[in-house]
Amino acid sequence: MLYRENGQFKTTYGSDQQLLPIAQDRWFVIGLIVVAYVAVPVLASDYMFRALIVPFVILAIAAIGLNILVGYCGQISLGTAAFMAVGAYAAYNFVVRLPELNFLIVLALSGGVAALVGALFGVPSLRIKGLYLAVSTLAAQFFIDWLFARVKWFTNYSSSGSVSPAPIEMLGWQVVSPVDKYLLVLSIAIVLTLAAKNLVRGHIGRAWMATRDMDVAAEVIGIRPLTAKLSAFAVSSFYAGVAGALWGFVHLGAWEPLAFNINLSLNLLFMIIIGGMGSLLGAYFGAAFIVVLPILLNQVPGWFGVPISTALASHLEAMIFGSLIVFFLIVEPHGLARLWAIGKEKLRLWPFPH
Amino acid sequence: MGVYLQKNWPVVGLLLLLAMGLVLPLATGASAPGFYFEVLLGGLMSGVLYSLVALGLVLIFKASGVFNFAQGAMVLFAALTVARLGEVMPLPVAFLLAIVVMALVAWLVERLVLRHLVNQDAVVLLMATLGVAFFLDGFGQTLWGSDIYKIDTGLPKTPVLVAEGLFEGGILINTEDLVAAAVAGLLVLALAVFFQKTPTGRALRAVADDHQAAQSIGIPLNHIWVIVWTVAGVVALVAGMVWGSKLGVQFSLSLIALKALPVVILGGFTSVPGAILGGLIIGVGEKFAEVFFGPVLVRQFDLAGGGIENWFAYMLALVFLLVRPEGLFGEKHIDRV
Repeated sequence: MLYRENGQFKTTYGSDQQLLPIAQDRWFVIGLIVVAYVAVPVLASDYMFRALIVPFVILAIAAIGLNILVGYCGQISLGTAAFMAVGAYAAYNFVVRLPELNFLIVLALSGGVAALVGALFGVPSLRIKGLYLAVSTLAAQFFIDWLFARVKWFTNYSSSGSVSPAPIEMLGWQVVSPVDKYLLVLSIAIVLTLAAKNLVRGHIGRAWMATRDMDVAAEVIGIRPLTAKLSAFAVSSFYAGVAGALWGFVHLGAWEPLAFNINLSLNLLFMIIIGGMGSLLGAYFGAAFIVVLPILLNQVPGWFGVPISTALASHLEAMIFGSLIVFFLIVEPHGLARLWAIGKEKLRLWPFPH
Repeated sequence: MGVYLQKNWPVVGLLLLLAMGLVLPLATGASAPGFYFEVLLGGLMSGVLYSLVALGLVLIFKASGVFNFAQGAMVLFAALTVARLGEVMPLPVAFLLAIVVMALVAWLVERLVLRHLVNQDAVVLLMATLGVAFFLDGFGQTLWGSDIYKIDTGLPKTPVLVAEGLFEGGILINTEDLVAAAVAGLLVLALAVFFQKTPTGRALRAVADDHQAAQSIGIPLNHIWVIVWTVAGVVALVAGMVWGSKLGVQFSLSLIALKALPVVILGGFTSVPGAILGGLIIGVGEKFAEVFFGPVLVRQFDLAGGGIENWFAYMLALVFLLVRPEGLFGEKHIDRV
């Protein structure tokens, strides 16, 4: 009843092209942002910030990046964690070598470095696709893992190979407490989501989607595969790089080279399969799912008096992820985001079926 | 020949470069001949193992166009099954039972996954097998436990010294490795006979050539898929046993098996000889990179240790993709709108 767009007329081109054309959607999103900024910091405990909310927001940024590449441009990537590592180590080096830089500038710069590296590893995508590309991104994953573990310059000659940057400080704001960290990553996530939304509905995004749907046909109608694919790799890696820098600086605090291994890459891929390929909302759903499930698996059996070992929990987790991926690919290839869209559509027509 | 060179100079150049890397350590006297051949044999040995995993990949890819990311997980699962069953019964019985288990896995995969994803994009199928891989990894370790298990094949583990007369020191060879190589060779031979001489093999090749045409002359696709996944399961079982008896059965098996990806890239997705040659090239290549060129890199750039092995195969495949996307023996693919 409440979710109707009757009486909402679009009288200008501007109103026809706005991000959320339905007033109720606008209010919902504004409400969500208010809740995120006001209610969550008041209600959530420090543990929840550390274990759930901050990782969720950061991984959602990375998942948006991967979704741009896989969901919008159709290029599969098994190396997102490597690009996150590039972002993290780039940020570390900027902070260590140029300490006077503002952290936001550092973030943007490290995203840029990751974008460059991503575009470099995207070059093979001009000749190959699908399965072949998976190998080229795997090469990125293993090579970059090795690079940061072995080349001492990247870790500033730290003896153990792990790095621990100083806490973030911006214009006098010490980002130390979990709430501060949360507010920082939340703001960055909102800005980046908005940017991604505008990218994918604009000219570049349409070029990506045409390339995804059929690259040869896209080329025939005048889309340059070079710019379309490489820009997708670059933008995707930019997001991954920013997320990686945040993951290292905000979530982990100190990290060792294996923090960005292939498991993280695969988990990110699962996020967008389960959340929904080709949907920014799906990145959030998927990230929430992947962050929450392991914690639930560790806790819930305990509530029922059947404690399970950590090893068993991780095996169960693998089984559940595996079967869910197959399930979603078969039943709902567009993931949770599609279920959300169906729910909205039903709500619009309710109480009538059609 | 001249035309061939003109058309394929990047590939030829790359292969020449690899060949140069092969002879360089010996030619420059950087390593003693005995040690050199031991490294070479070690590389060939791990190459055989990569080839075995890659073989399973190629079989499934040929018959169903599915790139089976789960081959590594199947190797782990099969090896775990044999290892744990072998604890309570004689090994041959455990082996036969494991074949039954792998056939069951194949049937379930076809029934629950592949059947519902017919005609989907290759990337979707790849991701589905990724899901299968995770499930099998988790399931295998839940069912059989996640410690390190031994498979005792009863082979002697004592190394044999050969070619002592040729140069000083001779070469140390594990009998076990020789048997493993022989088993791999036999398996390939058996597969070749199966594919060339039996009616089922002919049906498999027909499906590989053209799904629709095969279906139209009455070959049941679903059966074929079960069969080919079973065969791949048996190949995985053999690979898992060879590997497991050498290194012990543990989770890292399914990660090492990822290296089969660059192997098939190198050899071509649809070629059995390609899988074998690719495996050998990568096995030897990464051993050489690690043993002979790693230390040079470490010294030159002041690195914190080697470990080139971890990425060499992938980077080689990447370079190869740039000059020859279809692999050494793969079929050239032309895109049409």
